[in-house]
Amino acid sequence: MKEKQTLYKYLLRMGDDSLILGQRLSELCGHGPILEEDIALTNISLDLIGQATLLLEYAGELAPEKKTNDELAYLRIEKEYVNALLVEQPNGHFGDTIMRQFLFDAYRKPLLEKLLDSSDKRLAGIAEKALKETKYHLRHSSEWVIRLGDGTEESHNKIQNSLESLLRYAHELFFENEVDELLIAQGIVPSAKSIFPIWEKTLHAVFEEATLSLPKNNWKFQGGREGRHSEHMGYLLAEMQYMQRTYPNMEW
Amino acid sequence: MMDVDIQDLEKKFQDKIDQDIKIEPNDWMPDAYRKTLIRQISQHAHSEVVGMLPEGNWITRAPNLRRKAVLLAKVQDEAGHGLYLYSAAETLGADREQTIDDLHSGKAKYSSIFNYPTLSWADMGAIGWLVDGAAIMNQVPLCRCSYGPYARAMIRVCKEESFHQRQGFEIMTKLASGTAEQKEMAQDALNRFWWPALMMFGPIDSDSSHTEQSMRWKIKRHTNDELRQMFVDVTVPQAESIGLTVPDQDIKWNKSKEGYDYGPIDWDEFWQVVGGNGPCNKERVDARRKAKEDGKWVVEAAMAFADKRNAKKTA
Repeated sequence: MKEKQTLYKYLLRMGDDSLILGQRLSELCGHGPILEEDIALTNISLDLIGQATLLLEYAGELAPEKKTNDELAYLRIEKEYVNALLVEQPNGHFGDTIMRQFLFDAYRKPLLEKLLDSSDKRLAGIAEKALKETKYHLRHSSEWVIRLGDGTEESHNKIQNSLESLLRYAHELFFENEVDELLIAQGIVPSAKSIFPIWEKTLHAVFEEATLSLPKNNWKFQGGREGRHSEHMGYLLAEMQYMQRTYPNMEW
Repeated sequence: MMDVDIQDLEKKFQDKIDQDIKIEPNDWMPDAYRKTLIRQISQHAHSEVVGMLPEGNWITRAPNLRRKAVLLAKVQDEAGHGLYLYSAAETLGADREQTIDDLHSGKAKYSSIFNYPTLSWADMGAIGWLVDGAAIMNQVPLCRCSYGPYARAMIRVCKEESFHQRQGFEIMTKLASGTAEQKEMAQDALNRFWWPALMMFGPIDSDSSHTEQSMRWKIKRHTNDELRQMFVDVTVPQAESIGLTVPDQDIKWNKSKEGYDYGPIDWDEFWQVVGGNGPCNKERVDARRKAKEDGKWVVEAAMAFADKRNAKKTA
């Protein structure tokens, strides 16, 4: 019983990260800097919404009171969302969007790789599907970080600034609490600590090629994983939940 | 080139067309044929890309996860259509960036339907059902267009459009069989999109300046009014089948022509919207222009980066 509740909480984190980042990227559909990138970002958004659908479906089955993935996605209050602060940050300019994506992908890929060995077969199955997509996401975001970093002076400065502002949110991805402890002991999830060095290595390699330097400010914002969000979150939810809140209990 | 040579080339060209042999990019073609195709294909490409905006307007507010994913996939398809159509125009010597700049300056047109606002979720149903439905009517004959690259692009586009049309109709069906509020939402969307959808086929035949020549070149296979009639005949029974009413009191089955009679179209509205006075003309073009302007530094960076890498390789 306790294990079920704990896994529910963990799945919400992963599902909410996917959902909220997918929602953010979907705002850009039709507004990308070039048509090819419009397609790429929409595609990533679509993958993330697909991952959220599977993760929240599983979470809903383990919830204290059973829920559908749509109920979880659309009918919680802000405090109940446990996505990392990073993914709810606004799209900003293209460099901000790409840096946010890169910091997330560089964490998500090793997490999914380790989840392939999860003792929970269903979670391992979701990870397998998501990993195929995430490998492509990371390749895409890394390539753009490098292009912008080592492109023009303007693009270099822009993406360096994106890094300065967004890295402060990224450390929260490695947040751990009693949820992780129990699931790690059962072999269901990897420890965030085991992912951190892989993430760091990816960052160093990409930033070196991109000629970007790691910010001196190593402040680490926390809160999203515990339901304390940034000011941006309320607006995102107001928009996303608009139909379900305005027309409750209807089929679409 | 001598006049006689040109006449000879033109004759060979028209013979090919008459025998349904496709014209390919390196074949000789009359300038007017090339210009007509560039105009039509780039207008079509612009329509796909501008057409992303009214639906993009509802992606963030889609009512559930499945609808959000399907709508994202649909709008992404449209971007893809835009890409292959710009490529098809490039095979005729059009420059993609110049073509896009013509859209931004207002020189090039796109389908007027996208200058109407999307005000409710039901509009996603109405657009899929009516707008993609009308687009299919226009585009299926283009799969047999005399210009090879355009015809081949259309085959792929039509497959996807037919999926879009079905998903739009499915949204409408769901709403029409839902609560009173949902049914009202669906009827309202039909009321707003019906007439603009009929206008998508262009002016009545007697006012259509390009039709005759385009039909001789087999770019076009049916007149505007023929296509419009086909659309009305297919769509009216679909509306009835889900309990919605087409907003035209003059709709009546005409036994002798085996089709529906329909009421007069407000062509003043059509020309106003074509001329820039539709509810969203400015917003649509501004959004596209802004995307390009905001992306300028990104394109410059990508080019500078590619140059640096090439320089390293050759060094």
